[in-house]
Amino acid sequence: MSEALVEVRNLTMHFDIHAGILRRKVGAVRAVDGLSFDIMQGETLGLVGESGCGKSTTGRAILRLYDPTDGSVKIDGVDIASLNTSDLRKARPQMQMIFQDPQASLNPRMNVSEIIAEPLREHTKMDSAARDARVRELMDAVGLNRAFASRYPHEFSGGQRQRIGIARALALNPKFIVCDEPIAALDVSIQAQVVNLLEDLQRELGLTYLFISHDLSMVRHLATRVAVMYLGKIVELAPRDALYSDPHHPYTQALLSAVPVADPEVEATRKQIILEGDVPSPAKPPEGCNFCTRCPKVMDICRKVSPEFREHAPGRFSACHLMDE
Amino acid sequence: MFAFTIRRLLFAIPTLLAISFIIFAILDLAPSDPTGNLPLTIPPEVRAQIRSSLGLDEPFPIRYALWLNQFFINEPLNMIEGWTGWTIGDGERLRVTSWATRSPVVDLIVERMPQTLWVVGMSQIIAILIAVPIGVISAYKQYSWFDQIGTFVSMLGFSIPTFFTGLVFIVLFSVHLKWFPSIYDTNHVIDSWSSFVFQIKQMIMPTMVLALATAAQLSRYMRASMLDNLQQDYVRTARAKGLSERVVVTIHVLRNSMIPVVTVIALNVPTIFGGAIITEQIFRVNGIGQLLIIGIQGADIPLVQTLTFIFAVLIVMFNLIADVLYGILDPRIRYE
Repeated sequence: MSEALVEVRNLTMHFDIHAGILRRKVGAVRAVDGLSFDIMQGETLGLVGESGCGKSTTGRAILRLYDPTDGSVKIDGVDIASLNTSDLRKARPQMQMIFQDPQASLNPRMNVSEIIAEPLREHTKMDSAARDARVRELMDAVGLNRAFASRYPHEFSGGQRQRIGIARALALNPKFIVCDEPIAALDVSIQAQVVNLLEDLQRELGLTYLFISHDLSMVRHLATRVAVMYLGKIVELAPRDALYSDPHHPYTQALLSAVPVADPEVEATRKQIILEGDVPSPAKPPEGCNFCTRCPKVMDICRKVSPEFREHAPGRFSACHLMDE
Repeated sequence: MFAFTIRRLLFAIPTLLAISFIIFAILDLAPSDPTGNLPLTIPPEVRAQIRSSLGLDEPFPIRYALWLNQFFINEPLNMIEGWTGWTIGDGERLRVTSWATRSPVVDLIVERMPQTLWVVGMSQIIAILIAVPIGVISAYKQYSWFDQIGTFVSMLGFSIPTFFTGLVFIVLFSVHLKWFPSIYDTNHVIDSWSSFVFQIKQMIMPTMVLALATAAQLSRYMRASMLDNLQQDYVRTARAKGLSERVVVTIHVLRNSMIPVVTVIALNVPTIFGGAIITEQIFRVNGIGQLLIIGIQGADIPLVQTLTFIFAVLIVMFNLIADVLYGILDPRIRYE
């Protein structure tokens, strides 16, 4: 495999809980708890998991939109997690993010060309003519009509707004883009267009994606490798085909069994793994394995010892005691 | 937007006519007597004569029609004559005249306006200058010491009435420290540096009393609006673009947060012209607010009627201006 562009080591993001009259710290939400993984040059790593498992927090912490509690994130050899603010700003052009809600993530008082040109103004010495030319070029690249440059975000449809968000992210030729559920807020008919656009851009510009989603079939279409998150931890990371055909971790198995099959005859007889109970609170994760409260294959050791996340077969990482046997 | 403005202006005409009628009716129903302040030795027949000479014998609809004629036709014509030097018609027409002073009400207002604009207008400007930075910093550092103190002070500003802060100011700064005069001298002429300094000195207390009350209110609006916007996704986008915090806060957050605050400010403008009745009274600023009080005390119906109606016009106008400003500042809002 090619070289790692992004190296995440022991990334931890805890949000303190303050309560009481004096607002003392009474605990912490362990939104992201000790993640370690690499993202290879030019690949798309899919990050899946249910709502609230820490996917988006991971994406934001990697780009240092949050200050991580612990751990390091090296992008192209530079540790983003420990940069000071001015160096961080200089590092921003190479890493960008496409946000989930294309309506809320665009400033309502700026028109499209202002939105796309703002990073250029901040980070390059282009004159206004060069900026305009670049804005036009980017609008072409994402399939927006150039004539719309002076329109405001609210005048566009959801899919078009997401294209604005993509053009904005591309403005400074980033190497690495975190796509934080970029299609979750879009119509199904528009989702495919945006996903295809992301694929085309990746091919043309050699981009590396971290694609965060809860849509397992979309991740299967787009990702080269897939990481599955549960309660702040990655439980399994494997190449796409291997993960979908032979999931190792019981949680991945349950998650994949929830994807409906298009053939009604298969669907009627298919055995689904139904998980009992709710996800524990990330403020009070269970002792031992995070999944032990709901795992259908739970063993005694799972309630005591947290399984280590390690490579059990070439390229296949998981955190489960079943694999350690 | 243009069509919207015109339509709203047309709608304002029946609204204002209804308002003027209601004001006139209320004043007419009030059991006040323009001769009530005259010495008790004046016999009732003479009082009746005075009342009839003021036109109070006429039935209500006729008095109302006469006022409408004087205010909407005679006064504007008179103003045009005054500005251009033309003579329209014979130039002899009945103006709205104060019963107490026998001088035209409009002239009284023009006389009083500069004091009110100076003191109350300046207080609004100072309030904005105080409130915006406080609101911005309070929101940016929510629950910090600065925010807590700011919240406490604006609670004080909200809950303590100006007649109390005014008196406290006078006791403190005039009586004890002797820094500022407690009475505003309207006859003061500014012709030198020292007289200018004196003007500033006599303006400080009434201006600050009003500014603190207004700033308390505005800073809360500003803070709330900033907090709303700081949590928006586009702020995260701005940070992800690698903009400096200063640019994120001033260009992105502040500009969006100013939208509701600007409309609050616009709606506050009529109070500038309306004067601050209580504060003007405390510091003896003979502005519009004081004129209104004197008019009410003396049952000077034409004066009160005209002043109140002018306030109503200003309020209707600035409501419209606030709406139009909203449409200009927020591209998402378009009026058909």
